[in-house]
Amino acid sequence: MMFSKRTKEHKPFPWHLWGFLGPGLLIYLTFSVYPLLDTLILSLYEEQAGQSEFVGLKNFITLVTDENWSSAFWNALSNNLQFFAFHMLLQNPIGLLLAVLLSSPKLRLASSYRTLIFMPTMLSVVIIGFVWQLILSPIWGISEEFLYSIGLGQYFDAWLGKEGSALVTLSFISVWQFVGIPMMLIYATLLNIPDDIIDASTVDGASPMQTFFHIKLPLILPTIAMVSILTFVANFNAFELIYAVKGALAGPNFSTDLLGTFFYRTFFGFQLQQGSSTMGAAVATLMFLIILVGVMLFLFFIQRRIQRFQF
Amino acid sequence: MQVFLPKNTSAGQMSKSVTVHGILLAYTVIALFPILIVIMNAFKDRKGIFRDPLALPTSETFSLVGFEQVLLRSDFGLFAWNSLLVTVLAVGLVILLGAMAAWALTEYRFRMNLLITFLFAMGIMIPIRLGTVSILRLMVDLNLVNTLTSLVLVYIAQGLPLAVYILSEFVRTIPKELVEAARCDAVSEYRIFFSIILPLLKPAMATVAVFTMIPIWNDLWFPLILAPSEETRTITLGVQQFVGQYVTNWTSVLAALTMAIVPVLILYTIFSRQLIRGLTSGAVK
Repeated sequence: MMFSKRTKEHKPFPWHLWGFLGPGLLIYLTFSVYPLLDTLILSLYEEQAGQSEFVGLKNFITLVTDENWSSAFWNALSNNLQFFAFHMLLQNPIGLLLAVLLSSPKLRLASSYRTLIFMPTMLSVVIIGFVWQLILSPIWGISEEFLYSIGLGQYFDAWLGKEGSALVTLSFISVWQFVGIPMMLIYATLLNIPDDIIDASTVDGASPMQTFFHIKLPLILPTIAMVSILTFVANFNAFELIYAVKGALAGPNFSTDLLGTFFYRTFFGFQLQQGSSTMGAAVATLMFLIILVGVMLFLFFIQRRIQRFQF
Repeated sequence: MQVFLPKNTSAGQMSKSVTVHGILLAYTVIALFPILIVIMNAFKDRKGIFRDPLALPTSETFSLVGFEQVLLRSDFGLFAWNSLLVTVLAVGLVILLGAMAAWALTEYRFRMNLLITFLFAMGIMIPIRLGTVSILRLMVDLNLVNTLTSLVLVYIAQGLPLAVYILSEFVRTIPKELVEAARCDAVSEYRIFFSIILPLLKPAMATVAVFTMIPIWNDLWFPLILAPSEETRTITLGVQQFVGQYVTNWTSVLAALTMAIVPVLILYTIFSRQLIRGLTSGAVK
């Protein structure tokens, strides 16, 4: 015992571990950790005529109070919250429903359904955005013809072009595309529930509904929580769909502006406004804080509480 | 099991399975309809597209003029090649460097272990996109703007956290005896990793490849910011700019979209089994 312990203490430092860890860590630190920290610091500076000057929280105060900035910022934030709420209320419940149906015992063609429904999720958001833009375009008339054929013709409108409906329409498109993710993750969890548990409850005379609500649902809650936090991060970081369909100006009249597009415009500028890297960094920092707070809340409250239900 | 169930279930089960199939089929149609409409109409002439958008191309309306226009007016081949190069290099390096890092973090005990593990774990949740302002400054300083190298580097940094996480979980399942036996034979640590561990990680690598590949291939943000020049454009950026520019030319817009969709659909159909296995086994544990 003594001997082996001593050899361990005298072992030379394992330099090869840096041979393994070094390259990956170096790239990760240089192109992810450092830029994130640098962005946070940059948000405390102001750049004028090539000189950068420390200004503390001034950029943030400008963002949330200055009349030129604050309305755009609060608008983007509130749109983003709606966008997220829409996904939580629609995407994840539909994903759950599809997963439950897919996991019905002895369902034929289950793998075909799964493969086909997941297909849109694989494609680029940019492509999906354009596809829907064409389909909803009043010029082409596919959606109009379709609505008339099912007797809802009077509801046809240029949904993507109107201030009141553009954000909702884009949310629908996004939900349509990404419903595959909650479906697949929840489906996987449902498959992993041991058959014995389900059989036992059936033998005890539980109805399929009871089995679902009292046995399956608690077991998939951790997955639902994970899906929610993935949705949260993805939604508060969304950019491509709006940019592809509505351009950097997120029209009409900024009604589809999300934090991602707002960040892009702040950083690169648009029309008459000049881009600013320090204001851009301030927007990115706020997005960072929002995402961080969301993730922390998830880790501290939801996940801790949910783990009690795990096997 | 059957013995315990009441006799009348077969009729109920029938109607239940009809409902299940009905809903799933309906949703499948909703999922595929928009994509099929676009692909179908890309093979029609202008008149065919507008006169009856829901009809399949007939000998009368069939036309490849949209594809001709796209191929003549843009460098689709180059864009696709750029995307392929960036994706293959980034995914390959994420897997290799990720496996090496995962091995180092799980096998060796050292002081900074916990800190580094935590740093990687943070990267799973915090999008690298939020560091864009500084990434661009860095790339300007390194003279890497408008190079595919800049994209590969950023995508490696983006993909590593999840790769390290998934691969570490997997490394833990490898029996200790295997490595200890090799160490007794005085095999070097590098050879242990490359000839014993790496081959064992193959299934987990497939999972990592799937999760890393899709966001890289589909990304618009970094190509738009780091490499927007004509020579370095990726296919997603190329399509975005082409379609944005020619938005009124329906035949070529539909053709451009189809050219971006079809290769992915073909790949997906070939690899969907592995992909779904990766999704259903790797992500949820």
